[in-house]
Amino acid sequence: MIFVVMVLVFLMLVGAIAACVFTDLVSAVIAAALVSLIASILFYFLQAPDVAMAEAAIGAALTTAIFIVAIRRTSRYEQ
Amino acid sequence: MRKIISILLLSIVALGIYLSLTKIPFGVPKSKVGKHYIDEGIKETGAVNIVTSVVVSYRGFDTLGEVTVLFIAATGLAVVLKIGRRKATAVEPASFVLATGCRVLFPLILVFGSYIFIHGHLTPGGGFQGGAIIASAFLLIYLGCRERRINEKAYKSLESLGGLFFVVVGLIGLAVGGYFLLNFLPKGQPYCLLSAGIIPVIYIAIGFKVGSELAGIIDNLIEES
Amino acid sequence: MSFLNSYIYYIGAFGLILIGLYIILVKHNLIKVIVGLGILDTGVNLFLICVGYVAKGTAPIFSRPGTDSEHMVDPVPQALVLTAIVIGVAVLALALSLAIRLYQHYGTLNLRKIREQKW
Repeated sequence: MIFVVMVLVFLMLVGAIAACVFTDLVSAVIAAALVSLIASILFYFLQAPDVAMAEAAIGAALTTAIFIVAIRRTSRYEQ
Repeated sequence: MRKIISILLLSIVALGIYLSLTKIPFGVPKSKVGKHYIDEGIKETGAVNIVTSVVVSYRGFDTLGEVTVLFIAATGLAVVLKIGRRKATAVEPASFVLATGCRVLFPLILVFGSYIFIHGHLTPGGGFQGGAIIASAFLLIYLGCRERRINEKAYKSLESLGGLFFVVVGLIGLAVGGYFLLNFLPKGQPYCLLSAGIIPVIYIAIGFKVGSELAGIIDNLIEES
Repeated sequence: MSFLNSYIYYIGAFGLILIGLYIILVKHNLIKVIVGLGILDTGVNLFLICVGYVAKGTAPIFSRPGTDSEHMVDPVPQALVLTAIVIGVAVLALALSLAIRLYQHYGTLNLRKIREQKW
């Protein structure tokens, strides 16, 4: 059980470092959505189902959508 | 140069956080207020979901503040983006599979979102989660059937009516009993749908308000004109 | 090993806060800074839920009549984090609208070039 949590936390930190390193902004936003999704799973493991539902619906879906629409109206690559 | 200074600052912050984290033990019950809410929650409010009763009934004023912050952010976004409008460009229609799939899924997602905010006091869920799911359904319509737009008057009036309803219910509580947001409807039996006083009523208003607000944010951002 | 066992969630939240702060301090594209703000927000919310956890506890919902209420997780941090998540998305939306207006005015989103232009 603790092994599953360790793998998930490691993937979350790798995703956050990837959001820092990528120069293509759409890839960075998708790495941030991965961080949000794994945080939602960790909220469920900490016995908080309301918060897990809110983070999955708002953090992973709507935040990514508004980021991609904003990137479409500005430039795509980091200069 | 900037990177070296920032790494130095971050290591000082990390040392400070580490020294304070060792004093917070993991998994030890820490507060007595939470214990009181768990023990007396069903008797005092009638809602089975303790987190819902804390958000709406025990700390309902903080939820009113949050609804206000969301309203200010949505209004500010609409004002800032109206200044720099351009002409509408032609969009190419989506493929047949995508358009049909979006049309089939849209009413199902609306029903699912409504189920979540109506049953907020019985199962995990509530107004904010249900509102976000309804906004995702409208996002699907923007991606699938691209020539449709939401009726602007409809979502603006729905959002304002939702917020107004919340404040009016609180003021009725002030007029009937002693304080703002008093639970004046009968508490009923626990585990029933019509129970817990004003909690399902407030959550339905919040569900409509948050759903139309987030859909309006996406509409203001996508609007190419 | 028992240190890792009991503090693994703290390491996750703590790492996210540090990475978010690093992105805000070092990167010079405005949209990347806003992504870092979002990651910082997620880290702080995860830390708040970790503080309220009780060992061998269950979620604070009475699902059936006669549920044992002895070992339940603290419900107050969950209510606060619910508010914080919604306010986080509102702040991100407003920040992105200001970034779009900056791009329409200056033509670039590089913070160093914007600082050099000075109107």
